Order: sequence, then C-alpha cells, then structure tokens
Amino acid sequence: MTEASLKSRKNRWEILMMVSLAAGILWTLISRVPSAVSAPLSSSPSPREGFLAPDFTLDTLDGNKVTLSELRGQIVVINFWATWCPPCRLETPALEKSYEQYKDSGVVLLGVNLTDQDSVSEVESFVQEFKLTYPILLDRDGSVSALYQLRGLPTTYFVNRAGIIRTVLVGGPMSETFIRSKIEALLKEVQ
Amino acid sequence: MFPFLRLGPFIIPMASLALLAGLWAALPLIEREAARLKINSSTLSNVIFYSLLAGLIGARLGYALEFPAIYSSNPLSLLALTPTTLSPSAGFVVGLITLVIFVQRKQLPIRATLDSIAPGLALFMVFVGLAHILSGDAYGAPTSIPWAIRLWNEYRHPSQFYETFIALTVFLVIRERFPKPEGAGLNFLLTIALFSASRVFLETFRGDSVFWPGGFREAQVIALVIMAISLYWMKKWMNLDSSPSTEGSRSITE
Repeated sequence: MTEASLKSRKNRWEILMMVSLAAGILWTLISRVPSAVSAPLSSSPSPREGFLAPDFTLDTLDGNKVTLSELRGQIVVINFWATWCPPCRLETPALEKSYEQYKDSGVVLLGVNLTDQDSVSEVESFVQEFKLTYPILLDRDGSVSALYQLRGLPTTYFVNRAGIIRTVLVGGPMSETFIRSKIEALLKEVQ
Repeated sequence: MFPFLRLGPFIIPMASLALLAGLWAALPLIEREAARLKINSSTLSNVIFYSLLAGLIGARLGYALEFPAIYSSNPLSLLALTPTTLSPSAGFVVGLITLVIFVQRKQLPIRATLDSIAPGLALFMVFVGLAHILSGDAYGAPTSIPWAIRLWNEYRHPSQFYETFIALTVFLVIRERFPKPEGAGLNFLLTIALFSASRVFLETFRGDSVFWPGGFREAQVIALVIMAISLYWMKKWMNLDSSPSTEGSRSITE
C-alpha cells in the first residue's frame, strides 16, 4: 500500500470516528428523560429485582393478618417455604438467627408457607421444632405463590424500605452470612 | 423467558449456563485468532484462564470486603457457590490487572494479543444477549409498538433481542475483519467502540436505566466515554503505525 493511499484511508477512518462520536453524543442528548432522575421508568409490581414487590394479605399461624404494603418503611425478607422441602429446613436456623439479630433494626422476616401443598399441623410442628419467632404466613390457596411466580423452593425476596425488591434467591439453603450481607446492604441504602 | 431449569432437587439458572456456553464457544475462537496472529495460543489460553479465575476470586473478595464483620465471623462463606454474593466491578478490575500482569510476564505482544481476544469477546457478547433473553434481565421500556413483548406485567421493547441481534452483527463484522482497520490492536479497539456505540443506542429502549441529574442515562454516558477513549486510542495507534519509524509493527496483523 502506497503512503498516499494509506494516508487517505487513515483520513477516512478519522472522519468516520468523529462522525460516530458526534452521533453518539447527539443521541445521548436527545434521548434524555429529564423527568426520570433516579426513578425507574416502570414502577408496576412484579416479582423480580428492581420492581415493587406485589402486595398481598395473608393470615399468620397465630391468627393475625399481615399486609405487605403496610410494612413499607421497613426492610422485609419474604421467604417462601414448605415443611417437606429439605433446603428450607436447612436454612431455617440461619433465618431465625438473622431475624433475632435484626428485628430491632426495622427488619421484618415473613415466612410464607405454601399451605396448599402442606398442612397446618405440620407447620406448627416445624415452628416448635425450630423455635421460630418470626411471623409464619399461610398461603392456603397458593394465590401468593402464584402472584410471585414461584419456580422452586425455597425462594427468598429481599425488599427495601420503599417496597422495591433488591435481591431474589431461587433455591437454597441460604447461609447466615448471605442473609446478613443482603440485610446489611439494605440497611445501608439511603432512605 | 426461561430463567431456571429444574433438575431434580437442583435449580439451574439458565443465564449462567448461557454465559458458560459463551466462554466455551469464545475460547477456541480466541485460540484460532491467536494462532493466526502468530501468538502462542496455549500461553494465551492460560493467561485468560488465570484472569477469569482471579476475576472470580476478586469478585467474591470484593463482595466480602463490603461486609467485613459478617465474613470475618464466618470465613468459609467465601467459598459459597452463590452468584449473588459477587461484586462484578471488583471482579472486572482484578481480572483486568491479572490479565495485564500475565501478558507482560509472558512477554506477549499487547496489541496483537488484544486483537486475538476481539472475535471471542464479540461472540461472548452474543451469549450475554442470549442470557438476558433467558433470564428476562436487561428488560425494555414499556411501549405500544407492534413488536412489543409482554414481560414483567407490561408490554415492553424486546431489548434483549435488539441486544442479541446487534451483538451478532458486531461479531460478524469483527470476525470477517470488515472494515479492516490498519494496525495491530485496532480490531480490539473497534470491537470495544462498536459495543459501546451499540449500548449508547440501545440504552434508550431499556426499562432498567439508572438516571443521573439532567435525565442522562448512566450506562449511556459511561458507554459514550468508553467509545471516545477507544476511538482516541485507535487514532493514536493509527498515527503511530503510519509514522516511518514504526512502519514494521503493522505486519503483526497482516
């Protein structure tokens, strides 16, 4: 290749690069969304990270009712489980220990039992066996597990104070370190 | 979307499988390109393997450093197989530093080595797009266009498909070395510039953007900066190669 053709080719490349960069800058400017500072484009509820946690109301094992949206302002850990699920059994002590540690720091742990695939008596025995102190919710008709589109057990959602899901873990067992690190990350979030 | 595969008691995230498949497909391509550029391909494979390993370790240590009290009380948790306890930024930095150190220690020609990585990197990005299709991550903004897909309770831009299609196009451009920039290292920089440009364009259709004051999308601005740096280095290396004293360095890619 001659020096002249090499130079001409280099010039073509330089023009192409400048035009590409200018186009990129222009596109970035015209595609701004001035009204969307630090806010997601969609705030519709969906059971995945970055979305509002779908709301539900369920009975607890001790006869009360819990509504998720009423817990807004607190960090909520939602753990879907069943007594017949081995990883659920394995992670339960870590959940209880973490709950004991953080319950006074504005952290709520909800153990949502898939009661349509379980039995209340089994759930009661489980709670006694592990000496659980966090609220156990009974999803008697499976509507909440359907709402959360569960794909396996256990499944755990870590929800921030604004009600946004930050972490979803499908499967288990979770270690205490994992649970604590996720809760600590939510505690660090600016309100 | 097909985020998980149940195999008995195991729940396998399909996106992770797609990324592993991407590595599996990219590595032979890198070796082939290294051989073409007269670089010791087995040395390069080792360098890449150790960089990936260091990146993985760095990602876990980076995450643990965010919660030192928790991990110091249970150091065995560092070995947990949970991908959500990794710090991608720490992993990237550690992996990159390891790559640079090994390339220098093994005395591999840096610019030609980068060129040998380019087609494999471009192919891997196609699999990143496929991973997003499977997991439903990197989802699009709500829209009413005729080709919108129903995802996460809304009709959205099929941003994962846009991403995969553009990555495939970039891969074909890079693999075929068309248009061929003259000089070692330029194919790699062109790859980075093209992927940055595609992110600048595609971010507009994403529904998970993080916004900065003024309504600027974070990923778009970062991609624009990376694109500018890549183009600057392309220009610099082109000038270097066209100067009489370094004319010979062009032969590495020719």
